[in-house]
This record gives sequence, structure tokens and C-alpha cells, in this order.
Amino acid sequence: MSRRTRLLVFLVGGGVLAAAFVVGVLGIPGFGGSEHRYRDLAVPAAVAHRTANAVAAVNFDQRAIDTFGEETILIASTLGAVALLRPSREETVRRPPDLGHTLESTRLIGYVLMPLTLVLGTDVVAHGGITPGGGFQGGVVLATGLHLLYVTGSYPALDRLRPLLPFRTAEALGAAAFGVVGALALIGTGTFLGNALPYGSLGQIFSTGTVQVLNLVVGIEVFGSMVVLLAAFFEQEISVRKQDEEAR
Amino acid sequence: MNVLAYLIAGYLVLLGAYGIVRSQHLVHAVVCLSITQSGTYVLLLAVGYQRSASAPVFGSTTKPNLHVVDPVVQAMTLTDIVVSATVTALLLALSVQINKRHGTVDPDELIALRG
Repeated sequence: MSRRTRLLVFLVGGGVLAAAFVVGVLGIPGFGGSEHRYRDLAVPAAVAHRTANAVAAVNFDQRAIDTFGEETILIASTLGAVALLRPSREETVRRPPDLGHTLESTRLIGYVLMPLTLVLGTDVVAHGGITPGGGFQGGVVLATGLHLLYVTGSYPALDRLRPLLPFRTAEALGAAAFGVVGALALIGTGTFLGNALPYGSLGQIFSTGTVQVLNLVVGIEVFGSMVVLLAAFFEQEISVRKQDEEAR
Repeated sequence: MNVLAYLIAGYLVLLGAYGIVRSQHLVHAVVCLSITQSGTYVLLLAVGYQRSASAPVFGSTTKPNLHVVDPVVQAMTLTDIVVSATVTALLLALSVQINKRHGTVDPDELIALRG
């Protein structure tokens, strides 16, 4: 299909979609209105399970099975990307030279911010059930903190501080633990991923039952996934060379 | 303007799709797909928004009440973002492989190679 035909096909299809969308939008309740039926059901359900962060209650309690599916997508995509980025037969992995041309100030900020970011990430995961945040967000913050080492200009340092095996294991165990918690809840309550643990009082860190546990395992899994994923991209870009390039 | 936020969501989806159709570089196409997905975030959050309502997070200062924005669509947006990020990573990995195998990342040239 030539570019012209493709554009024409898109203009026709996109035009129809746009028209249907506008007609649909004009028929739904206006923006910012006070009628939210899901909210009216979800918020009391969250409060009943003493989960102060209603979004976490939806993700890890009311819709926990969907989050399980989402977590599986996460691990499957990571696996796929890592498999695709593996060095092929005609490529070799070599140690990259340390090309440290970083400003001292950049380096300083990196070294100061790395521990702070790791603490912040842990905090976001740990308080996922009661304040904004949770396992997904905290896991990404943790991985970002670790990769500040790369921003400070030292790939070899990142390579040393980040042995991949523990992160691969953490990723797999995190994903598996989600299923195990679900199965234990099935035995305890008769519902897969039902909230099986006793509740505390609203706003306390261990008040939310299994929400907090699931937040933690998701945090571990996301941290592991992000590190493994970025490591695959880094390796492909920095250490992997074709053999004939190496010979030159 | 009661529908402006919804229309912006639709605009982002179509804009991203237009970018994919016109794309001459696979990484560009992946970024356009991310823009399309941002349209879905805007739509979800717009659906759940309520004027002058607070965040659906309670504590000692905010007693549980129903005058909050919809937590269900916020949770869906979170799911959406996570899936979008991992799919983007997968597509970029595919682009790296395609570049290695075929020496090009222009979708048009890839079609020429196959046929």
C-alpha cells in the first residue's frame, strides 16, 4: 500500500471514528459532574476494609484478579524483551571501557540522590495502602534510584552494584508470591485473592489486610522487572558488538 | 466547555494513530503509540473527575466521605500506564532486533524487503 492510499484509508477511518466519538461524548454525563456510580460503591468498600487509599483498595482488593493479570503481562513483556535483546550467535559481549566524562557536580548530585531515591521508593511501596503510591509506583522509583549510578557516568559501577541474578529472582518470586497470596486467601476465605488478613483501624500501615502484602510483592516484582529490562537494553547498547566489528 | 476534556482524549488517540500511519521510523511509531495510549489516560481520568472533589485517599485529617474523584478509573489508569510501559519496552526491543536483522527501521522499506 502506498503512503498516499494508507493516508486516505486513515482519513476515512479516523473521520468516522472522530464523528462517532463526538456523538458518544455528547451523550455522556458532563465533565466534572457529581454522578459517579462506581465511586459510590468502591469508596465504602475500601473503607469497610480499612484501606485509606481507595485506589489501592480497588487495585489490590476489589479488582485484585485484574491486577494479577496485569502483573502477568508485566512479566511476560519483560521476558519477551529480554529474549529479543539476547546477544545472538554472531555477537560477542565485551567489557565496555570506562568512559567517565561526567561533571563533578552531576556525579555529586547522583551520589546524594541515589540513597534518597531508594529510601523514597521503599516508603512509597511500604505505605501503598494508606497514602498515594503503591507497589507499581514505588518499584519504578526504586529502579530509577539504582540507575542514577548510570547517570553519574559509570556503567561499570552500575554493572558491579547490580548483579542481575537477585533481580531476576526477585521478579519471578514477586510474581509467584502474588499467586501464592491469592491461593492462601482462597483457602482462608473461599475467594481467590480475597482479603484474608484481619483489618486494623483506618490509616494505620498494617490496617489494610492483604492489600499491604500484595503491594509489597508487586513492588519487588516491578523493581526486579525494571532493572532486568533496563539491563538488557544497556547490554545491547554498550557491551554487545558484532564479531566482525570487534576484529576491526 | 463540558466536553473539552473528552474531546482532547479523542484528539490524542487520533493524533497518535495519524503519527503511526505517517511514520518512517519504528521508534517514532512506538512513541506515537504511547501518545495514543495517553489519550486513554485522559479519557479515564476525565470520566472520574468531579469539580472541587478531593483525592480518594483518606486519613486522620480527611475522614472517609463520598466527595472524592472516582478511584476505580484511577486504578484503571494505573493499570493502563504499567501495561503501556512494558509494551513500549517490548516494541523497542523488537525495533532493535529488526534493525539488526534488516538494517533499516523504516516500515516502508521493511515491506519492500518482504515482498
